[in-house]
Amino acid sequence: MTKKEVVKLKINGKDREALAEPRLLLVHFIREALGLTGTHVGCDTSNCGACTVIVNGKPVKSCTMFAVQADGAEVMTVEGLIKDGALHPLQEGFKEEHGLQCGFCTPGMLMSTYALLQKNAAPKEEEIRWGISGNLCRCTGYQNIVKAVQYASKKMAQGGK
Amino acid sequence: MIPPAFEYLRPKTIPEAVAMLQQHGDDAKILSGGQSLIPMMKLRLARPSHLIDINRISGLSYIKEDGGFLTIGGLTREAEVEASAVVRQKYPIVLDTATVIADPQVRNLATVGGNLAHGDPANDHPATMIALAAQIVATGAKGERVIPIDNFFKSLFETDLKHDEILTEIRIPVPPPKSGGAYFKLERKVGDFATAAVAVQLTLDGGGAVQKVGIGMTNVGPTPLRAKKAEGALQGKKPDPAAIEQAAKLAAEESQPSSDLRGPVEYKRGLIKELTKRAIAKALERAGK
Repeated sequence: MTKKEVVKLKINGKDREALAEPRLLLVHFIREALGLTGTHVGCDTSNCGACTVIVNGKPVKSCTMFAVQADGAEVMTVEGLIKDGALHPLQEGFKEEHGLQCGFCTPGMLMSTYALLQKNAAPKEEEIRWGISGNLCRCTGYQNIVKAVQYASKKMAQGGK
Repeated sequence: MIPPAFEYLRPKTIPEAVAMLQQHGDDAKILSGGQSLIPMMKLRLARPSHLIDINRISGLSYIKEDGGFLTIGGLTREAEVEASAVVRQKYPIVLDTATVIADPQVRNLATVGGNLAHGDPANDHPATMIALAAQIVATGAKGERVIPIDNFFKSLFETDLKHDEILTEIRIPVPPPKSGGAYFKLERKVGDFATAAVAVQLTLDGGGAVQKVGIGMTNVGPTPLRAKKAEGALQGKKPDPAAIEQAAKLAAEESQPSSDLRGPVEYKRGLIKELTKRAIAKALERAGK
C-alpha cells in the first residue's frame, strides 16, 4: 500500500478532510471516508452515471476520478440539494412526476440535471435528453425523468430555489 | 474495481513533469483527464508505477487562433471545445467530433490531448486531426518538437511521443476560404466507441473543384487511418455524385476493419462507404458549395 495523502475539500458547503490512498476513487472517498452514502456505485465502469457528483461546478463520474484529484475542490453530492429541510424543486419534480421507480440512478440523475439547470434554466426536451445522456435508468424509460426536470425548471422560474 | 496501487505526483510545471517522467522510467504515466487511463487501470490493462497528474499545471487549457493555426492546449477539456466560440463559428468538424465523444460527464474531464496521446484507433479526434492535417506539439527535456499528424500514430496504443515527452498543444492550420468539414460517427448508443466514423475536410477552388481534401477514419484499423485513395479520387476534381461515389468506395476498400461485437467486416466497410458520402456532402455544404 502506498502512502496515504490528506485530501481536503469543501463538500455541500462544509470543509472536510480525510486520508486517502492515491488509488482510492472519489466515490469511495465520499461514501466511506466522508460517510455520504447518497452517491451510488453503479456500473463502476464510467457507463451508468449513478456516481455522478459535481466537482467545481461540473458533473463528473466519481468512479473515474481519484480522491486525490479532488483535493482543494468544491464538491456537491445529492445530500447538498435539500435546504432547511425542504426538497429542491428537482427532488420535488422527481417525486411529483414519478421520475423514479427503484431509485438507484436517481442521485446521479439529480446531479446531472442540477448542473444542466444551472447552465440552462429552461432546457428544451431535446436538451434535457442530451443532458442526461450520460445517466442510465432501467426503470422509467426516461419519460418521467424528462417531465421531472421540466417541473423543476418551471418551479424554479417561479422563484423556487 | 480498485485500480492497482501507484505513487501519485503533482508537478506544477511542464519541466517538472518531464523530469518526473525521466526519473521514474517507463512505468510512469501522465494523468490528464483520466477517462481512458483510469478505466484501463481498473481492468489491469494499465499498471503505472507512478501517476504524474498534470491537471494542476496552469496554461495548458486554451483554444485560440494564433499564427495561422487554431491552437488547442493539451489539457483542454472536450466540454471546453464544445463551448468554444471560435470552434462553433469556424471549425464545425471539431465541434462535430467533440460532441460525440462519450457523454457529458466524461467530456467535463476528458482532454483533447489525452484523446490523441492515448493512441486508441477507436478515439474520435485522431481521424478529424488527420483530415485537418494537424500538428502535435510534444514537449520534452530538450524543448518542443512538432510532429505532423501523419507521423504520430504508430500502432495500437503507440504514438510517436517519447517516454519523456508530453503532448502540450495541437495545431490545426486555419482553413482557407471555401473550406468545410464534417465528422460522421455511428455508435450503438451514447458513450460507446464508434462502430465506424469518417472525418472529411476539403477546400474548393474558384471553379468549384476540390483543391485540397483530407479524409480520416475511426476504428477501422490498428491505428486511425487516412483514406489516401479516396482523397485522390476527389483531388482536383469537381465533387459530382460520381466522384463522391468513387471516393466512398475507395475509402471502404482502404479501411481495415475487424469483425467484433459491433459488427462484421462487410458491415463496417459498408458503413465507411455511407459515412464517407455523408461527410463529403456535409463538408461541401459547409464550404458554401
